[in-house]
Amino acid sequence: MSQAAVEHAPEHYRSTSLPDPKLMMWIFLASDCMFFGTLIGTYLVYKNRSLEGPFPVDVLDIPITTVSSFVLLMSSFLMVLALHALRTDNIPRFRLWTFGVAFFGSVFLGFQVFEFSTFVKEGLTLQQNLFGTTFFTLTGTHGIHVTIGVLWMLSILITSYVRPMSSKDALYLEVAGLYWHFVDIVWIVIFTVIYLVEFV
Amino acid sequence: MAVGRQPARPVSEVKLLARPTWTRGLLSWLTTVDHKRLGILYILASFFFMGLASIEAFLIRLQLTRPGLSIVSPDVYNQLFTMHGVTMVFLAIMPLGIGFANYFMPLMIGARDLAFPRLNAFGFWVYFLGAILLYTSFFFGGAPDVGWFAYSPLTSLSNNPGTGTDYYMVGLFIGGIGTLVTGMNFIVTIINMRAPGMTLMRMPVFVWMILVTAFLIVFAFPPLTIALFQVIMDRSFGTLFYEPAGGGMAILWQHLFWIFGHPEVYIIVLPAFGAISEIIPTFSRKPLFGYPIVILSGIFIGFMGFAVWTHHMFTTGLGPVVNTAFALTTFVIGVPTGLKVFNWMATIWGGRVQFTTAMLFAISFLVTFTIGGITGIMLAMPPFDALVQDSYFVVAHFHYAMGGGALLSFLAATYYWFPKMTGKMLSETLGKWVFWLVAGGFYLIFFPQHFNGLAGMPRRIQTYPEGLGFEFWNVISTIGTFVMAVGILLLLYSVILAFARGEPAGNDPWDGRTLEWSISSPPPYYNFDEMPVVNDRDAFWAQKYPESVHAKPVEEEFEEHGIHIPGQSWYPVIMAGALFIGGYALIYNNWWLGILMFAVIVIGSYGWAFEGIGGHHIHPEEKEA
Amino acid sequence: MVRWIFRVAALFGLSAALSSCVFQGSDGPQSVLHPAGPVAQEQIDLFLWTYYLSWIVVVAVGGVLIYSALRFRRRPGDDSIPPQVHGNTTLEIAWTAIPVLLVIAVAIPTVRTLWRTEAFAEPKEQDIVVNVTGHQWWWRFEYPELGIVTANELHVPVGRRVILNMTSADVLHSFWPMKLAGKRDLIPNQNNQLWFIADESGVYLGQCAELCLGAHAYMRFRVIAEEEADFEIWKGKFQDLQVQQVQADPLIEQGRLLFTQKGCATCHTIDGYAEDYSIGKPNFPDLTNFGLRLTVPAGWADNTPENLAAWLRDPQEIKPGNRMPTLWAESDPNREEEIDALVAYLLSLGRDDQQQAQASVQHLGVGGNHGSR
Ligand code: HEA
Ligand code: HEA
Ligand code: HEC
Ligand code: CUA
Ligand SMILES: [Cu+2]
Repeated sequence: MSQAAVEHAPEHYRSTSLPDPKLMMWIFLASDCMFFGTLIGTYLVYKNRSLEGPFPVDVLDIPITTVSSFVLLMSSFLMVLALHALRTDNIPRFRLWTFGVAFFGSVFLGFQVFEFSTFVKEGLTLQQNLFGTTFFTLTGTHGIHVTIGVLWMLSILITSYVRPMSSKDALYLEVAGLYWHFVDIVWIVIFTVIYLVEFV
Repeated sequence: MAVGRQPARPVSEVKLLARPTWTRGLLSWLTTVDHKRLGILYILASFFFMGLASIEAFLIRLQLTRPGLSIVSPDVYNQLFTMHGVTMVFLAIMPLGIGFANYFMPLMIGARDLAFPRLNAFGFWVYFLGAILLYTSFFFGGAPDVGWFAYSPLTSLSNNPGTGTDYYMVGLFIGGIGTLVTGMNFIVTIINMRAPGMTLMRMPVFVWMILVTAFLIVFAFPPLTIALFQVIMDRSFGTLFYEPAGGGMAILWQHLFWIFGHPEVYIIVLPAFGAISEIIPTFSRKPLFGYPIVILSGIFIGFMGFAVWTHHMFTTGLGPVVNTAFALTTFVIGVPTGLKVFNWMATIWGGRVQFTTAMLFAISFLVTFTIGGITGIMLAMPPFDALVQDSYFVVAHFHYAMGGGALLSFLAATYYWFPKMTGKMLSETLGKWVFWLVAGGFYLIFFPQHFNGLAGMPRRIQTYPEGLGFEFWNVISTIGTFVMAVGILLLLYSVILAFARGEPAGNDPWDGRTLEWSISSPPPYYNFDEMPVVNDRDAFWAQKYPESVHAKPVEEEFEEHGIHIPGQSWYPVIMAGALFIGGYALIYNNWWLGILMFAVIVIGSYGWAFEGIGGHHIHPEEKEA
Repeated sequence: MVRWIFRVAALFGLSAALSSCVFQGSDGPQSVLHPAGPVAQEQIDLFLWTYYLSWIVVVAVGGVLIYSALRFRRRPGDDSIPPQVHGNTTLEIAWTAIPVLLVIAVAIPTVRTLWRTEAFAEPKEQDIVVNVTGHQWWWRFEYPELGIVTANELHVPVGRRVILNMTSADVLHSFWPMKLAGKRDLIPNQNNQLWFIADESGVYLGQCAELCLGAHAYMRFRVIAEEEADFEIWKGKFQDLQVQQVQADPLIEQGRLLFTQKGCATCHTIDGYAEDYSIGKPNFPDLTNFGLRLTVPAGWADNTPENLAAWLRDPQEIKPGNRMPTLWAESDPNREEEIDALVAYLLSLGRDDQQQAQASVQHLGVGGNHGSR
């Protein structure tokens, strides 16, 4: 039996024009919506039910979080640029923007670490009250998503140095991009539900 | 929907581990990514766990035979029914459906494999090891004893300090991941890998029901996973999600569990509906009556499944408004289900019905499920539910729906598909015995439980006083268990007999209608020599008897660049193993082990990603080699 | 045609026979089929309506199914292919209508009954209000307006509406007085309401219906519905309790002293026992007027001297898993003597004399139509 390499067959028949990995990512994101939906739901159910402080109004710092949210939003913009650069085979630009995405993501994470440690200093821990319990699990889960995204972007960046990348690889960046934009949108929802709602 | 050709995935072959290439022996099974082998693994594992759950059921029944028995202590009894329920639902019946789907769905749509073969293997190993983790609890301080829906605050550390609950939470958490990725994999496969000409409205109903099931999995498992995660956090990190002392609400768990739990019962029963929708037409020699209606009602059931969950919570004091709303949505589900039943009956009408064992099971399914569904409608009336909730009436209802709905139809599926999977026929003579013993035993066990429920016998009690009128029917119920057990043992014997000296099955023993019957039994590892081209519903029937369905002969010639056989891989089983060991780290709060396993998972994901799909191509002219 | 009528009639006759089997099979003191109050009556009436509808559906589906399978069975040697019928729109519409009509027929009475039995009841002057707290594994009943606290046996007057406000002290429980009303769950951090009316006097059985681990199977209770006059007597016994003086009977007096000496009083309250022991200890069953109880413990066995002694001797033996400690070592030489004294004392509480209490047990019997317990 011939052990012909896979490249031998450049294409496979598919019933739709949607590539498998992209379809998979869409389905995963649909499922992830339910994950976040459940966490946000739990947060809302337990809102204002903490028996003791600190309460959200005591600790939340809108200006700082607004800045970090803005950084995260900008990273999505860079993501679009990176994908465009790869599609047009502009590899240096692609590397630059990809790095930018990872960097902005890390800045957001830095803000989150800062926020968490301030909260803990102010007495809000996971175990302190229902606000702490639900707040840290929700934003923490989101933080893990961002971390995975950052690692993913860095991996793509490193791969581009290990082997040549071209517009043919755009699908992979696109899938990562879907993920990244999703994580971003989820943050907008979380920001609204936790931070903004508290002060209107 | 546009048809597309897609680039084969590039390979950046950075190898941490050599690609395994065994084709036989234990290691080949550990590293396999073949959907048929994984399907067989799923089916065997499900039967294994069903055996364990049946032993538990047996002990439950023995204990309840007479009032005041103490064959098992209350604590052990609690563990028994918890593990019985958890096992039957999560480890036996649901994976059985997934197993049949794994094996036959790609064959029915003319695909070579699932879209993500390694993910499929990962899904299986995660499910299997999660299940093993759950069962090891018996040896390490006791199994979970909180009931299969583990209501909070029974699960909080203060009320339940043993590790049983941790095993429940972690085991289902891990197992749930496996089910989730398999569900996603199914969706991509069904959307993208259908053979040329197999439009959505030509897909076999089994495949359709698997598609709906997979969507249910994708949307229903996250709430459960999060809820499990919250309890794990409570128990390991001291959060307050379900601590009444910290303001936690017991009712939130119930909402999250049943938002998952009701769709779950359709995750169990829809594959069964799918199998029935193949078996009845085959043995009536008629196409399924009202194909579009059966599919639409399946989709509708899937949607409505998410809108009825509080019917499990009618007695928790949600108030008359909520109860009215959810009673009405629950009633509505009776309509599409009724449509299915009527269409199955119409398929039989005017056919040439052949009473094979599979068909007998299918017919008994119809009657049994109708009874189970109707008691469901009764339970959906909140005032009546208030009388019998958590009584044996409910136990009878869900055994009729799951044992009668899912188990009987999967037994039908076993008789139907066994020849295809093994190339051997199961004895039909023994089959008739199996049928009468299992179905008869089933009715003996569970019909009397309706009476006991109405007589006021609560469930989950390990004993009951004399004189309440429960005695007689409990004896009957226990006797039924013996009858059913004999039937099942006979089935086992029949399977062994088939392997020893079963008649060869040939490609198409039942005069089947769908594509899996067009290839040899058992199917070759590459499935189809040439990609089948489909131009009608019941594709194989249309090939065999084109004049009977006025099918146009196949015109399209489809050209393929050989058959791609995906490469085997170590990563699925390694990653699953890391999750498994990591589970123990979480149960015993052993963070070093946890970090170690986490590292394995990170490295494993890179190894997995860069290993690429791999494999090789074979060409029709070379494949005999 | 006539033959058909016969066949259909035979089918329904058979199902009627089966159906009466249901009713025979579900008799007994806990049966929901023979209610003793308007709430349970409405709930079961709703069931009966759907129950008869269901027989029609099951018989029709099963009958048509078996008939068509037999009629269209493949004869030996018949290899013909039947017409490949794919469907029929008229039929589909027709049999969509059938379940829709059935659903409507079920939904309307359901909603009506639901609002009549589950809508929030605003307590009125004549209503009896009881706060029920579920504990692992017994029930605390508090009559806030009457100032009575008791356990495991709920006394109510016949014909008056009883409103229960329910919560739990630990895990979930479910209060299920099957002959009077459907159940309602007891949930920590949540208040639920259940109401019912008892039509006739009698002792009605009930049981916890939500898994609460340990002794869940033994978490039973009684509802004792009494005529207004009897209820007043019962109430009076709680309301004019005097602080107890030294008892005339030496055995009872010994028991009274033992109640503190053995440490019973650290957990249990007996109102009127002594000034400083009357303070409620809500986490343990209140034993005030214990002599009036029909059962021990939590509705499991009759409250006879033998059963009570057995309970004190080894609570775990009677009710595995419960939270009452065993207070005498097996080797304790004074065990039997002390238990006898405690039994005598506990049974004397609230009783004017032994016979009277026994008589009242006899007189009440078990509610509903059947059974002996
Ligand atoms: C395979 C599993 C399965 C299936 C398919 C169903 C199907 C249904 N179930 Fe069931 N159910 C369970 C598994 C299942 N259930 C389990 C496991 C539990 C208990 C969990 C636990 O507590 O441990 C449960 C509990 C449960 C309850 C809660 C009981 C309680 O705890 O008090 C209720 C209440 O509404 C309910 C209702 C229904 C309804 C209305 C359907 C409907 O989908 C049924 C529809 C089918 C028909 C109606 C029959 C065919 C129709 C016709 C012939 C047409 C004509 C008829 C009419 C329109 C009336 N189920
Ligand atoms: C699919 C689901 C399913 C199935 C098939 C069964 C099957 C059986 N169940 Fe199960 N049961 C549940 C799901 C199921 N059960 C659930 C969810 C609960 C609730 C748990 C809870 O309260 O938390 C429950 C609770 C439950 C109770 C109530 C316990 C209580 O509340 O105190 C009882 C009591 O009689 C019972 C009995 C039985 C019996 C006698 C069978 C018999 O039908 C079993 C006979 C055996 C089989 C039909 C399987 C045969 C297969 C094999 C033997 C495999 C052979 C091996 C190989 C081929 C390798 N079950
Ligand atoms: C540590 C606390 C504790 C002590 C000490 C204790 N009990 Fe109890 N007792 C309980 C609990 C808890 C129950 C409820 C058990 C159940 O039904 O689950 C109970 C139940 C009872 C009951 C049955 C109540 C009923 O309504 O059915 C009686 C009678 C009783 N105790 C008597 C005694 C006597 C007499 C003593 C002393 C010899 C004593 N108890 C000591 C905790 C205690
Ligand atoms: Cu309380 Cu069960
Ligand atoms: Cu449900």
